[in-house]
Amino acid sequence: MSSFSITEPSGRSKWFAGTLVVLYALITMVPLVWIMLTGFKSPADAISYPPKVVFDPTLEGYVNLFTTRTRQTQDFLAENPPVTWADEIVRQYDMVIVGPSKFGERFMNSVIIGFGSTFLSVFLGTLAAYAFSRFKIPLADDLLFFILSTRMMPPIAVAIPIFLMYRQLGLSDTHLGMILLYTAVNISLAVWLLKGFIDEIPREYEEAALIDGYTRFQAFYKVVLPQAATGIASTAIFCLIFAWNEYAFAVLLTSATAQTAPPFIPTIIGIGGLDWPAVAAGATIFLLPVMVFTILLRKHLLRGITFGAVRK
Amino acid sequence: MAEIVIRNVRKEFGDFVAVRESSFTIEDGEFFMLLGPSGCGKTTTLRMIAGLELPTSGEIYLDGEEISQRPPSQRDIAFVFQMFALYPHLNVRKNISYPLVSQGMPRAQVREKVAEVARILGIEDILNRPVGGLSGGDRQRVALGRAIVREPKAFMMDEPLGALDAEFREHMAEELRALHDRMGATTVYVTHDQLEAMQMGDKIVVMNNAVVEQFGPPQEIYDKPATMFVADFIGSPPMNFLDFSGKLAPGASRVKLNGQAFDVPALREGAQGDLVFGVRPEHVRLSDDGAYRGKVLATEYLGTTQILTIETPNGVLKARTGAEKPVRVGDTPALSFVGETVSLFERNSGRALRSALNEGVLADG
Repeated sequence: MSSFSITEPSGRSKWFAGTLVVLYALITMVPLVWIMLTGFKSPADAISYPPKVVFDPTLEGYVNLFTTRTRQTQDFLAENPPVTWADEIVRQYDMVIVGPSKFGERFMNSVIIGFGSTFLSVFLGTLAAYAFSRFKIPLADDLLFFILSTRMMPPIAVAIPIFLMYRQLGLSDTHLGMILLYTAVNISLAVWLLKGFIDEIPREYEEAALIDGYTRFQAFYKVVLPQAATGIASTAIFCLIFAWNEYAFAVLLTSATAQTAPPFIPTIIGIGGLDWPAVAAGATIFLLPVMVFTILLRKHLLRGITFGAVRK
Repeated sequence: MAEIVIRNVRKEFGDFVAVRESSFTIEDGEFFMLLGPSGCGKTTTLRMIAGLELPTSGEIYLDGEEISQRPPSQRDIAFVFQMFALYPHLNVRKNISYPLVSQGMPRAQVREKVAEVARILGIEDILNRPVGGLSGGDRQRVALGRAIVREPKAFMMDEPLGALDAEFREHMAEELRALHDRMGATTVYVTHDQLEAMQMGDKIVVMNNAVVEQFGPPQEIYDKPATMFVADFIGSPPMNFLDFSGKLAPGASRVKLNGQAFDVPALREGAQGDLVFGVRPEHVRLSDDGAYRGKVLATEYLGTTQILTIETPNGVLKARTGAEKPVRVGDTPALSFVGETVSLFERNSGRALRSALNEGVLADG
């Protein structure tokens, strides 16, 4: 008797599904892998045709990304022998390292603005979502629609008003300004996502806590928050990805002090010719925080996507 | 331990009236049942006592203190939810100790109390387990443990057995009642199951459509229903209603059904028009001779008794008789009724007529 089950997939369909997943993974991975590889190529290898898959790895791109360099005369180079391995790398182009580049600073700006706005969006979003979920708010549906309506156009459509407003308010090119801006864009997403999650948490838990002698806020903090952790984590990931990758507003509103990494990385191209390895190195490092953050919260994210599909 | 007095309590949700001016008293140490069909306002009433809803008007007294507008944390009332509402992120021990921690009780004392409660409920071996994997019964015990651990003035229970399967329900009902008898704490228990209410309660409030229909001990509610709704809701099968019309004077003790006279408890008020003759199935007697006859439509054998469905000139009724006398479908036995148990109602209002049977009971109304 052949074992035939309706719910268990057959061996063949499992194999087929597996192949599809692997294929899809490969297709999406190729650009990422290519960027990471390019970061370790020499400028010549990076633009060679046909493209090189096997090459001699070098840290040149990373050195160029983190430093500023000047070309020097042979006399100067002979008088000052290279001190570090990084010096040696730039010597092949008759250059010396004169200081750090702005990348570190820009990267830190990204961290501050990205995580700051994510925290603020999730914090405000959770409170608002809880209120919408639990209290009788006059015109709640209209308010929720209004909150969502801020996402009905591309945010960049309001770039010019925001630009003028920020200039008036002195928020241009400030960390606070960018945090507020990204929070404003993200908060509607956060409220809606989190409201869904909090709606799924039975009210009885808070009521039990109220009966057990806790205040409304303690009940929220001690009972609702731990159970909303999944929703909060996945909302945080979505918010962070947006704020981290945002380019258009960053170009428009930041320059000297609060510039984030996305508008900075392309400027590398202009510094010493088309330095693709340095750009790729910047992109690779730029990818890491979101990748780590997502991997850390991966379990929550998966649960977040399927949350509420099956009633417990 | 406490007495709870509900006075003219009313609750509106927008335009919807969940509870209309209701008044009753729950005495100290009583096991008090709030009974009614779903949507009748019984859970809302319970939640108002606990403080999870605030009444629109009216007063609630706990031990003489007016508490109707206080937050639940200041009422010292425990609540057991139908779905248990155990904190899913905490283990059994933490769930039970939660209300003590909120009071700022020292840790050693908390451990001691939790251990004591666990012993009473027989859940010592699961104290360190997460609540997720527990069986329904154990969850119920943990929920009870969380309620009794802080020794509140009163317990509110919202259909606590509703989520358990039938077999276990009975067992848990006994356990609950035994627990109550040992602790002697005032308990208010919401249920839609009239058997559960009769079996466990010291006193029952029957609610329907946001109104208290009747309030009293189970036997009184069963024997002397104040309204047709109560008579119909309590008992399985419910009370039979035979329609008739006529004019009855105060003091009358016989009524005519289809020309045949039957004894009823002496009336204390007169009535006329469309009336209802209410008789419990076990008070219907079958015999061979008599003028008032019915036709047996169906029989249901239940072991010691049988339920007969009989068509009479005044409507279909159900009779419960001993199973030893065989009755066949199509038989036409003569029917009589145990006169002193009969209730008479007004058809339109559903109100029971005052009589020697229910004197003194309906005054509560």
